[in-house]
Amino acid sequence: MLGFGLLSGLTFLPFVGVAFLLTQRGEDPATLRNIRWATLLTTLATFALSLVAWTRFDPTSAAFQLVEERSWFGSGLVYKLGVDGFSMPFVLLTTFLMPFAILASWESVEKRVKEYMIAFLVLETLMIGVFCALDLVLFYLFFEGGLIPMFLIIGIWGGKRRVYASFKFFLYTLVGSLLMLIAILAMYGVAGTTDIAVLLKTDFPKEMQFWLWLAFFASFAVKMPMWPVHTWLPDAHVEAPTAGSVILAAILLKMGGYGFIRFSLPMFPDASTYFAPLVYAMSVIAIVYTSLVALVQEDIKKLIAYSSVAHMGFVTMGLFTLNPQGVQGAMFLMISHGFVSGALFLCVGVIYDRMHTREIAAYGGLVNRMPLYAFVFMVFTMANVGLPGTAGFVGEFLSLVGAFQANSWVALIATSGVIFSAAYALYLYRRVVFGALEKSSLKEIADLTPREIAIFTPLVLLTIYYGVLPDQILNTTAASVDHLIQSHTALLDAVKLAAAGQ
Amino acid sequence: MIQAIVFLPLLGFLIAGIFGRLIGPRPSELVTTALLIAAAVMSWMVFLDVAVGHNHGYAPVLANWMTVGKLNVDWALRVDTLTAVMLVVVNTVSSLVHLYSIGYMHEDAHRQRFFAYLSLFTFAMLMLVTADNLVQMFFGWEGVGLASYLLIGFWYQKPSANAAAMKAFVVNRVGDFGFALGIFLVFQLTQSLNFNEVFAAIPGLEGRIIHVFGLDVDALELAAFLLFIGAMGKSAQFFLHTWLPDAMEGPTPVSALIHAATMVTAGVFMVARLSPIFEYAPNALQFVTLIGAITAFFAATVGLVQNDIKRVIAYSTCSQLGYMFVAEGVGAYSLGVFHLFTHAFFKALLFLGAGSVIHAMHHEQDMRHMGGLRKDIPFTFAMMTIGTLALTGFPYTAGYFSKDGIIEAAFTVGAHQTPAMIGFVSTVVAAGLTSFYSWRLVFMTFFGHRAGHGVSEAHAHDAKAHDAHDHHAHGGASGHGHGHDEAHHAPHESPLVMLIPLAVLSLGALAAGIVFEPYFAGHAYDEFWKGAIYTSEHNHVLHMMHEIPHWVGFAPTAAMILGFLLSLYMYVLKPGSAKKLADTFPGLYKFLLNKWYFDELYDALFVRPAFAIGRFFWKGGDGAVIDGLGPDGVAARVVDGARIAVRLQTGFIYHYAFAMLIGVAAVVTWFIAGGMR
Repeated sequence: MLGFGLLSGLTFLPFVGVAFLLTQRGEDPATLRNIRWATLLTTLATFALSLVAWTRFDPTSAAFQLVEERSWFGSGLVYKLGVDGFSMPFVLLTTFLMPFAILASWESVEKRVKEYMIAFLVLETLMIGVFCALDLVLFYLFFEGGLIPMFLIIGIWGGKRRVYASFKFFLYTLVGSLLMLIAILAMYGVAGTTDIAVLLKTDFPKEMQFWLWLAFFASFAVKMPMWPVHTWLPDAHVEAPTAGSVILAAILLKMGGYGFIRFSLPMFPDASTYFAPLVYAMSVIAIVYTSLVALVQEDIKKLIAYSSVAHMGFVTMGLFTLNPQGVQGAMFLMISHGFVSGALFLCVGVIYDRMHTREIAAYGGLVNRMPLYAFVFMVFTMANVGLPGTAGFVGEFLSLVGAFQANSWVALIATSGVIFSAAYALYLYRRVVFGALEKSSLKEIADLTPREIAIFTPLVLLTIYYGVLPDQILNTTAASVDHLIQSHTALLDAVKLAAAGQ
Repeated sequence: MIQAIVFLPLLGFLIAGIFGRLIGPRPSELVTTALLIAAAVMSWMVFLDVAVGHNHGYAPVLANWMTVGKLNVDWALRVDTLTAVMLVVVNTVSSLVHLYSIGYMHEDAHRQRFFAYLSLFTFAMLMLVTADNLVQMFFGWEGVGLASYLLIGFWYQKPSANAAAMKAFVVNRVGDFGFALGIFLVFQLTQSLNFNEVFAAIPGLEGRIIHVFGLDVDALELAAFLLFIGAMGKSAQFFLHTWLPDAMEGPTPVSALIHAATMVTAGVFMVARLSPIFEYAPNALQFVTLIGAITAFFAATVGLVQNDIKRVIAYSTCSQLGYMFVAEGVGAYSLGVFHLFTHAFFKALLFLGAGSVIHAMHHEQDMRHMGGLRKDIPFTFAMMTIGTLALTGFPYTAGYFSKDGIIEAAFTVGAHQTPAMIGFVSTVVAAGLTSFYSWRLVFMTFFGHRAGHGVSEAHAHDAKAHDAHDHHAHGGASGHGHGHDEAHHAPHESPLVMLIPLAVLSLGALAAGIVFEPYFAGHAYDEFWKGAIYTSEHNHVLHMMHEIPHWVGFAPTAAMILGFLLSLYMYVLKPGSAKKLADTFPGLYKFLLNKWYFDELYDALFVRPAFAIGRFFWKGGDGAVIDGLGPDGVAARVVDGARIAVRLQTGFIYHYAFAMLIGVAAVVTWFIAGGMR
């Protein structure tokens, strides 16, 4: 490969913005404006570059593409980037959502604007890196590195209990990470390399697979987050600034799912089959349990955070069905949840910026003064409850179709989630948006500003577009999913043959 | 043309929804109504071509929706006789309701939004009836649910309307839960969700036993059963009916369109559409009959005592939907659809007539405050009488043909099947009850004298007071204590734009039966349906029902006359006897008035426990257990550890030296022990 390629450029483009921001001094309005615009332009340029990468991406192939490789730290460790059908959508999701995160912070962040923007740009680099890395150590660095900017974003620009929340976030994720690091070392011991492409072809001994699977699981389950290691998420969301919540829900959570589909499922197929019932159980518990918890929340952000946990339950369930509908559905759901939950947090941000409270009881009757807002919030509420015709439906439906073929009980319990999600989401909407506008504090509340309309318009359109014509996303992931399932079935057949031969 | 029929309402929705504020209410009304009328005219053309004519139907594919593995779902518009019937019903009623709403809603400040929702609903309903696969059907199914939710909650300032809207959506979701599981099972069985492919695979699956939910069950029985749960939700059948009466919180034209003529009949349509599955699931069909029979009876009993004019009609709808399911349960799908067809006309007529009454009474809905209106609004009175005649099955009106057909079909099958016999008995009894409460409505509204003070509202034409009053009118059902303005406004007849739809519908209510009976269930059956409804070779109910004893044919008519006479006696000849009867049986009266206490039961069984469990999981599960043992616990232990560490640091050298010595001793022991092994 010749020099730095497209993916390296994509990954480190945000650093160009960081370099510029570092040259800015002072807190006067002109400087702040420069800082904001520079950050926005950087994220937009990154998005544009990711679209270029997409046009060069061949969705009919399951192989790694746009691969670039350089030796690094001598033998064994390599700097290797590449994308396939699993990572390409996530890269696009990341670059697509970053400009919205920056726009959402336009006015609401007033202190340490420069540092805030730098944190976000560094975070973007690390997130893209996670999805592009084709070396396990490199992946680990990006994966764990992402913790730090998010930890800072919550801890510095967060709400009242930000320190508690950021420590909880850190503590949980750290425990998982350490176990994964040990597993990575063990895998290096067996394969002699940390190149993911090679590891994917390595047969790990069955006994070892179980331990490796569990170690990776510890990390990914926390990131996801799966029940019962989900309690950091509501706190982190509540305390994080709006843009932090958006990125957290839309992208950081997906790293867990990406980890499962990139490592756990293809590298430890025996263990994945063995532990599938455990994952199913945790998934359906998450769906029912967190939906019920969401029903009684008094804080808007917490409610949406719990709803995210429930949706991630559908994802983990779909992934481990290991049939086309289940896995494709899970992939789709991760993408659609990316912009739906991101948009929901943006919706909360809109009224938080105006009223500085997230208490559901502080609102009511917003539709009287904010009809546009009511419309936007309704679209995403409906996408969140999986109404057909919105992007939220496709993934949920497919993952349930897959689950039903794998295990009818799992599908039965998970499908009850459609009742609960309708209950908590509409209950929230009713309390916040509908009703008479009686609270005097709300009498002057203003509808969406042009900047907010600019944020929501593309999100609304995409939510409906991908609900009606989801092919674009489904086709991108199809080849990789097929490949995963084929190699998995081939392997299980081989096991069966061997067992029959004995 | 079918593309135009389906997408013109969507166009209307987009125009009124996006540009409504810009162009103003009147253009929005006119555009949506005009587009709907165009769609309705074209629907009749399709009906003449496909149903009455010789076209065998078509299903143009618009686009691919999703393709994943073997699952392939298209956006397509399937047109056959069954769809054509539904197109006519949906677009005729919808266009008339659009027209009617121009008059009915003329005081409302949010008319653009109202018309946008109406058109959105129509689009979703059309997607449902033209679906060529189960997923598109589900799209329409939930789409009409959304529109229904938005329209029930149209007056969003009313807490009761918001509650009713949410209840409708959530209860429907319970049904959709079953529907979705049914779809998953069908896919597992046939590896397809496209109707033609599924139907082709069904006969080969007859008697297939599968292992699901820990049980060995007949696959097709289970699939039919699960799908029917969806139908129960949408069509407000017993157990999942609680949302329909509350849905009357929406504006009256909505009740006519969605909660009488079209959306609630989606379940009936679904069973007919999936008749190739249901025909292979005899036990599921018996369940359908049973639920239909119970609903027909139950809703009719509750309808007897309601005082809100719209709620009476709502329970009547619920009951009539039960009739349709009885028909389908005994295998007479075409009769179920026929009743759907005729019912759409006379029930929409009754609702819009009730709307005209409510309009005349300045948004009063409690019948106890009405009376003697036949002189004030004679045209509405005539229309309501026609609707009542058709609903009660007066000979040669629309209801007479479809309803009596159902009763006869139930008797035919009932000869050798218990649920069908129950269906027969309950539909005959319900026919009497229907007649009683329908005439009770007419007598209380149009005869006698207005009770007490006049209905009035000095400022009734102010949109705000209008909403507020509407709100009061609902409180009225339980005691109407608030003082009315004494300034007396005489009830006035509605404007022409509201009366024309009534006149059109009354034509349907009178003639739809006699004109279409030969097609739906008579000698032209085969040429009309062209296989759109499947009946197995063992299903002879439509032929055998002509060989039943004569008294069966007269039974519903007799019940109808009995109900009419009783109603006449209690509300016209001897007013006050109804109250005396209620006082004699207070328990029964309360039981019926409170709708068999279903709301209270569900609240205690599901709603409150869900909140309690949610709170328990939150505070107990997440808070005490997970956080307590997890992060908070660890943090607390770290703090404890730090305290101990602080205490250890005494500052005395000999303390440290002693600790060091012990440490060294331990390490040495460890190595020696290790070496010895």
